[in-house]
Amino acid sequence: METLIGLLVAAPLLGAGVLLTGGKRLDRVGHWIGTLLALLSFVFGVVLFADMLGKDADARTLTSHLFTWVPVGGFQADVGFQLDQLSMTFVLLITGVGTLIHIYSIGYMAHDERRRRFFGYLNLFLAAMLLLVVADNYFLLYAGWEGVGLASYLLIGFWQHKPSAATAAKKAFIVNRVGDIGLSVAIMLMFTTFGSFAFNQVLPQAQQASTTQHATITGIGFMLLLAACGKSAQVPLQSWLGDAMEGPTPVSALIHAATMVTAGVYLITRSGAIFNAAPDAQTAVVTVGAVTLLFGAIVGCAKDDIKKALAGSTMSQIGYMIMAAGLGPIGYVFAIMHLVTHGFFKAGLFLGAGSVMHGMNDEVDMRRYGGLRKYMPITFVTFGLGYLAIIGFPGLSGFFSKDKIIEAAFAKGGTEGWILGGAGLLGAAITAFYMTRVMLMTFFGEKRWVPDAEGHEPHPHESPSSMTIPMIILAFGSVFAGAFFSLNSRFVHWLEPVTGHSEGDSPVSAGTVTAATMAVLVVGVGIAWLMYGRRPVPSLAPRGSLLTRAARRDLLQDDFNHVVLVRGGEHLTRSLVYLDHSLVDGVVNGTAASVGGLSGRLRRLQNGYVRSYAVSMLGGTAVLVAATLLMRAV
Amino acid sequence: MNPANYLYLSALLFTIGAAGVLIRRNAIVVFMCVELMLNACNLAFVTFSRLHGNLDGQVIAFFTMVVAAAEVVVGLAIIVSIFRSRHSASVDDANLMKL
Amino acid sequence: MSFPLLTVTAAVPAVGAVVTAAVPAAQRTAAKYTALLFSLATLVLAAVVLVRFDPGGNRYQLTESHAWIKDFGLRYELGVDGIAAVMVALTALLIPFVMLAGWHDADPLEDVNPNRRWRPTQGFFALILLVEAMVVLSFEATDVFLFYIFFEAMLIPVYFLIGGFGDRAHAAGEEEAARQRSYAAVKFLLYNLAGGLIMLAAVIGLYTVTAHQLGTGTFSLQEILSARASGKLHIETSTERWLFLGFFFAFAVKAPLWPLHTWLPNAMGESTAPVAVLITAVVDKVGTFAMLRFCLQLFPEASKWATPVILVLAVISIIYGALLAVGQRDIKRLIAYASVSHFGFIILGIFAMTSQGQSGATLYMVNHGISTAALLLVAGFLITRRGSRLIADFGGVQKVAPVLAGTFLIGGLATLSLPGLAPFVSEFLVLVGTFSRYPVLGIIATLGIVLAALYVLVLYQRTMTGPVKAGIEGMSDLKARELLVVTPLIALLLFLGVYPKPVTDIVNPSVNHTLSDVHKTDPKPALEAKK
Repeated sequence: METLIGLLVAAPLLGAGVLLTGGKRLDRVGHWIGTLLALLSFVFGVVLFADMLGKDADARTLTSHLFTWVPVGGFQADVGFQLDQLSMTFVLLITGVGTLIHIYSIGYMAHDERRRRFFGYLNLFLAAMLLLVVADNYFLLYAGWEGVGLASYLLIGFWQHKPSAATAAKKAFIVNRVGDIGLSVAIMLMFTTFGSFAFNQVLPQAQQASTTQHATITGIGFMLLLAACGKSAQVPLQSWLGDAMEGPTPVSALIHAATMVTAGVYLITRSGAIFNAAPDAQTAVVTVGAVTLLFGAIVGCAKDDIKKALAGSTMSQIGYMIMAAGLGPIGYVFAIMHLVTHGFFKAGLFLGAGSVMHGMNDEVDMRRYGGLRKYMPITFVTFGLGYLAIIGFPGLSGFFSKDKIIEAAFAKGGTEGWILGGAGLLGAAITAFYMTRVMLMTFFGEKRWVPDAEGHEPHPHESPSSMTIPMIILAFGSVFAGAFFSLNSRFVHWLEPVTGHSEGDSPVSAGTVTAATMAVLVVGVGIAWLMYGRRPVPSLAPRGSLLTRAARRDLLQDDFNHVVLVRGGEHLTRSLVYLDHSLVDGVVNGTAASVGGLSGRLRRLQNGYVRSYAVSMLGGTAVLVAATLLMRAV
Repeated sequence: MNPANYLYLSALLFTIGAAGVLIRRNAIVVFMCVELMLNACNLAFVTFSRLHGNLDGQVIAFFTMVVAAAEVVVGLAIIVSIFRSRHSASVDDANLMKL
Repeated sequence: MSFPLLTVTAAVPAVGAVVTAAVPAAQRTAAKYTALLFSLATLVLAAVVLVRFDPGGNRYQLTESHAWIKDFGLRYELGVDGIAAVMVALTALLIPFVMLAGWHDADPLEDVNPNRRWRPTQGFFALILLVEAMVVLSFEATDVFLFYIFFEAMLIPVYFLIGGFGDRAHAAGEEEAARQRSYAAVKFLLYNLAGGLIMLAAVIGLYTVTAHQLGTGTFSLQEILSARASGKLHIETSTERWLFLGFFFAFAVKAPLWPLHTWLPNAMGESTAPVAVLITAVVDKVGTFAMLRFCLQLFPEASKWATPVILVLAVISIIYGALLAVGQRDIKRLIAYASVSHFGFIILGIFAMTSQGQSGATLYMVNHGISTAALLLVAGFLITRRGSRLIADFGGVQKVAPVLAGTFLIGGLATLSLPGLAPFVSEFLVLVGTFSRYPVLGIIATLGIVLAALYVLVLYQRTMTGPVKAGIEGMSDLKARELLVVTPLIALLLFLGVYPKPVTDIVNPSVNHTLSDVHKTDPKPALEAKK
């Protein structure tokens, strides 16, 4: 069984290697190779899962040590795997959703001449993401962490001939790198504190260490949070996610909704022991989560680009998960549960959006859609189910997982609990609003489509079955996953041995929270219907209020970055280039010039007349003799 | 006879030679003056050898003669080739070696 | 007497240089193959050195020792420790690639009369072999003066390589190009000569000290070390500091450390890409290597005394080099400034005085050599095709030459230390090693990884992505010879990124020796220290 963990990672890695170096001769079968290897990896995952279910709850962790990666002095980095319930959950989500999206891409990318390469990148992503979740130490996790960053870079910039895509890819990578500083420093702190960065060394000692090394443990917590912010697009490092929608839609579904962006949640949950021992860091985590869940939701309300609206929503939903993870043992399980259900319905929504774009000549502006339910029935139904799931319609996935998070937030207790719970409720209302808006603008109302730049009138049509089947499967997940997990607290029992779990002492009863959630849901949907359902949607965006305009520009965060970091950086580098040339180099050149001037004067002594040289020789000799005699005399 | 007299003669010859090198322009004469200086040195060496009662000075004198002979060979060759190209044996005419 | 393996390893390229230079003018291709053959023979010998080296054995192995000039205590002493063995191997490894990449760089232009006895090609390849011989000898020398001789002598062939075989892709016309070339070559020579002269003074100073205290002066590293260990030799604190500074200055110019770095962008910008690789990946490594071997071993106390200043300069190099790289408009100058940043990391690792730092620094020298070679040689192919090295003249190359773009990206990703590629391991080791003793400097240096991502990706974006620019349309993809250069380098980057153990196993014992020279041990983890 242990070797199977290695194979799990190796299968898609092999796919990436073959597809990226195979050359043109693989063009015709490349997508099948990629999909089969993803499926193979999923099968391995299922086998491991079945094996795991057969064991006692406390003895389910599988470990496997491959080889020592970097052995230098006390620094021993291993390539070793650890598969426990938490990793298993991720493995199934990654390979499952990953395989579906591979299948979807066969149809979606059918007309792209570089399809083989696309599948190579997707396989690379799967391998890196799997490495991230099955690593048994932070150093190896870091390798996977950066690996998914690379895959994300390559996939966002897949259509590199578009300058906007290339810029978005670069931005995503660089913002992620800022987060990576956090992970690097966290690993260094672990090394200097514990002498190790393996999970089984660091985590059990964290609680005990916090008595003597409290500041360090808190520091590690903050650094891990920084890392999570980068990868999971949390405030203040969220700005890349909206731009990342430049990538092909399956990429947005797989990487920027279902899996990679949840890596931050994984990191925080995995490091739960550290956060439990560092309450200050936990406070920072919940603050980031709460701020982002509102931030993303507000941004999502204003976007007319369907993918960017969904991106805002992703940011917001991950905000929920981060907030839950920051709550400690009362929240970890629900963070992961929401992560899984979100993986289903958000991937489904993105694939639905891709299907719509596919039928509409790659138009992304929702103001140019309208009334599509008649033309794309399957897309409409699956997207609709995803929509109901995300807003938390009773009985569907999102209802169970989001409700639990809000409950847990209240259970945090004290003023903090009220603020977080309130933020969660407010977020739920806004979610209901913007998702209803997306739904109404896309599938209902009058048709508003116009010919594209080349004059082609769009002919909306249903997508091929390779695209609709994955959507249908994901829709099933969106509908039933939540109920399945919640029945008999199945998910709680499953994860408890790894993350620990405690029921908080909530000041409000579970029933009250559910009722409140329902109430805000109705309000959100109602407002959206009043604004977009009852009256026709203008096909050009109105000017909007100040807040709307700010939200369209990602609440001015990008403008801030641009002015302070980009412009400031440009000025800094430009003046440094100038200084390097004039000052550092100038000092040296100045010295050289003055030496040159001096020698120019000295060389006049060389007049070429033998006799004058002879005189100077004679004179020199005389001086030497005189000096010798003088020294003698003294 | 007082050996110091030889030394006086040697100094006199050396001064004449040095003055000749500095004053005369004809390369041949300059050359002869250099020889004069070398031989003045030889005289001094031999005198010192006699004074100190060992043979080191005489050995050095032989060395000097060999060096002088070699120098004459090279020097005359240079002078002849300069004369061929410039039709002059004046040292002041050969002043191209300057920066 | 055993077989003088080290001498032969250095002698083969030296002989090769003579043979190549002697090939008749018309036989250019023969000259190239001759040179390549000799460099491959050196590679085989270097591999034998690596295999014969026993990490668990003596500190210096395969030693050779002969009296040279007895009156001055000069000896011909060679020997390698793990670090030197690895560096020799790196040098020998890179030279064949440099030659292959520069296969046509020194072909005479077409309008040159073929009957002229004009042999630039022979000269180019002979000079490269000559550099190789000098570099190998300076890695192997364990006599300070012997080292000094080769350290200085290698300047001459490099000077001619920069000045004589400059970049033909010059925007400013032939005459301006020649002017800039000669400026760069002279600047290179003057900087390094100035450093070398100061070092010479320190070398003589060291001799005087040993002569004074031991009765007979010596330049031999091992003699000095053993005399010091037995207490016979005691260098005054102030003397030791002056001598250290003399040595360090020369190495810091060569390495190059801020603010002595300004010769590097000129030299790398004006020379052809293979020569630039030779400079940054091979010749400059002698500087950082010598810091490890001579500064730390000969002057341990002074090294510790100077550590704070050097570390700060190194961190400035890292950040400053990276910021300047972001601001460059010329591909090769960008890579040069990136190298300044990387040399900052190497020096940081050396002077952090931890086993992670120094093993990391050694590994970094190797990895930087390979990754810069990969990136710069591909950049060279690109520049040759377009006839320009300005970033603004490129755009959309990915569309017309995907393989070229792909290899360029991998080289770039290695430069920005992506996990899975070799430089990541070394960079992280350096950072951890620094952090465990100087947390603040470690964190500032970590900022370098963001800047590295910035300059690499900006370069990639501007040259490779976007719409295809004018002048790029007909660009051909990599040819077989070019692939032969790039593929092994990338394979090595991947291999050492996943499994660096073969190198660290050789390096670790030597690093521990060096650390014990300076009487330093790794800081204990905070938790253990508490117990």
